[in-house]
Amino acid sequence: MTRAYFDHLSAAPLHPEALKAMMPFLGEEFGNPQSLHSYGQKAAAALDEARDQVAGLIGASAEEVYFTASGSEANNFAVKGLAQAHPGKGRHLVVSAVEHLSILNPVKSLEKLGFSTTTVPVDSAGRVDPGAVERAITKDTALVSVMTANGEVGTIQPVAEIARACRDRGVLFHTDAVAAAGSIPLDVGEMGVDALSLAGDQFYGPKGSGALFLKKGTRILPLIEGGVQESGRRAGTENVPAIVGMGRAAAVALAEMENRKSRLLPLRDRIIEDLPRAVDHVMLTGHRSLRLPHHASFCVRFIEGEGMLLGLDMQGVQASSGSACTSKALKASHVLLAMGLDHATAQGSLVFSLIEGTTAAEVDHLLEVFPPVVDRLRKMSPLYTEYLKEKAR
Amino acid sequence: MIYSDKVMDHFQNPRNVGVIADADGVGQVGNPVCGDMMTFYIKVDNDHLKDVKFQTFGCGAAIAVSSMVSEMAIGKTLDEAMHITNKLVAEQLGGLPKNKLHCSNLGADALHAAIKDYRKKQASGDEAETAAPSLEASEGCACPYCEGPLDEGDAEYCKACQIELEECPSCGGITKKGDATCVHCGEKLG
Repeated sequence: MTRAYFDHLSAAPLHPEALKAMMPFLGEEFGNPQSLHSYGQKAAAALDEARDQVAGLIGASAEEVYFTASGSEANNFAVKGLAQAHPGKGRHLVVSAVEHLSILNPVKSLEKLGFSTTTVPVDSAGRVDPGAVERAITKDTALVSVMTANGEVGTIQPVAEIARACRDRGVLFHTDAVAAAGSIPLDVGEMGVDALSLAGDQFYGPKGSGALFLKKGTRILPLIEGGVQESGRRAGTENVPAIVGMGRAAAVALAEMENRKSRLLPLRDRIIEDLPRAVDHVMLTGHRSLRLPHHASFCVRFIEGEGMLLGLDMQGVQASSGSACTSKALKASHVLLAMGLDHATAQGSLVFSLIEGTTAAEVDHLLEVFPPVVDRLRKMSPLYTEYLKEKAR
Repeated sequence: MIYSDKVMDHFQNPRNVGVIADADGVGQVGNPVCGDMMTFYIKVDNDHLKDVKFQTFGCGAAIAVSSMVSEMAIGKTLDEAMHITNKLVAEQLGGLPKNKLHCSNLGADALHAAIKDYRKKQASGDEAETAAPSLEASEGCACPYCEGPLDEGDAEYCKACQIELEECPSCGGITKKGDATCVHCGEKLG
């Protein structure tokens, strides 16, 4: 059976070069980077190189990069650590309505500690208005956090403009770049951000690797306290193999970014153009052009996402969905609801994210098997029957 | 795979999908806000379920549950069919993941609603009235205790019962806050 993997955002394959770089550190090079002996120094040197590589991907300097165990940890670290590092500065937070839960849930925790939050809405394409962020800032605002790009709908945010507004008002600005890093060019200097989160597994590095960029001189409260690792800002023995893998993957991502983009963009655009032609009542979610180059997302009306995922998987196609039934928490996607979609439409969410190796033949396969999968589920759907009745009237 | 072979079989080859145009009873439960929606149509002959058809908007489990309920119900007397419980359906399917148990709650409910609809029509003697199921009637989520509607987006308080509700972390069903166990799946609540 033809296989067609379109779920990059959930998991991407480890790049062979990253795997190769990791192997010694899963074997004979088992030293602790904090040890003074030769084993330790070998590991410390590998850590330094990885830090350079990750810094290079985002235009930072190495000492501004702090390794974490995931993108979620980096986000938690940024929100909790930055908001609470300046007790005198105020207790107000500004976030967008479409942030990842690893931003929104720490914000909720801070609310329990007395912080207040302004949630800035998005338009129907999922875009944040920088003016709205600026208006949300008060003299009490401690931190603004708006993502670089959304993983569910692919929309890229006007981060540089938002950062400028924050800088003008003297407010710290963090961006969650987990879905974006490695796929689009990012330069923390040009963006003007104080902090930025990323995750290695989003650019063919290993799972369990992440990092927070923190502009030199920015104060932060550690999330994990203990030893002196990561300049005392993130304690715990470094996961050397994962960090080395992420570093190598970052170097490859930087070198290959344009190549990957020019290869994937036409494939993505074919899905965006042809999927709604192959099946009625399919709408693109997110912005048409200001979106991640490997990302195509839709809502398919009258049916629910999980059924589509199961049906597609039987045809060798893997995708993901933001439908309530798909999520373990059984809640409709807050992203799609924030974009003004109703619950029933949001339930039909479908996300295709391409990987480096995605081929035109795989896109063909998707376009071929998709209509019958939808057709079968619509025949079972009371909402579709209702729609046909209305139409006949 | 998160689902048993039996569930996948019923998802892939659902039995009795469709609409009965001249149904003797129609039952509809759930709505897209809460996740799943099911409509059951029944044809009754001599107090037996001669035919059962369904349509379902929902996940793989919801579709499999509907299919299994229809299969279990056909040929049974109305009273027997009223005794098909959600638990029985889940068992027949070889179990369901915990957070999908609430889907199985809907299946038997929809069948029972169709039987009640039939009985109501029999009692009123008005056979001409085979009203189409009304989507408006089930807009929003329902309180599991009084079955009254909950405000959209706020499934945390039932005005009618005046009780606080919360989502069960195990099955996702709405249950009473402060209770020791979930009303749907019986799992212990924090």
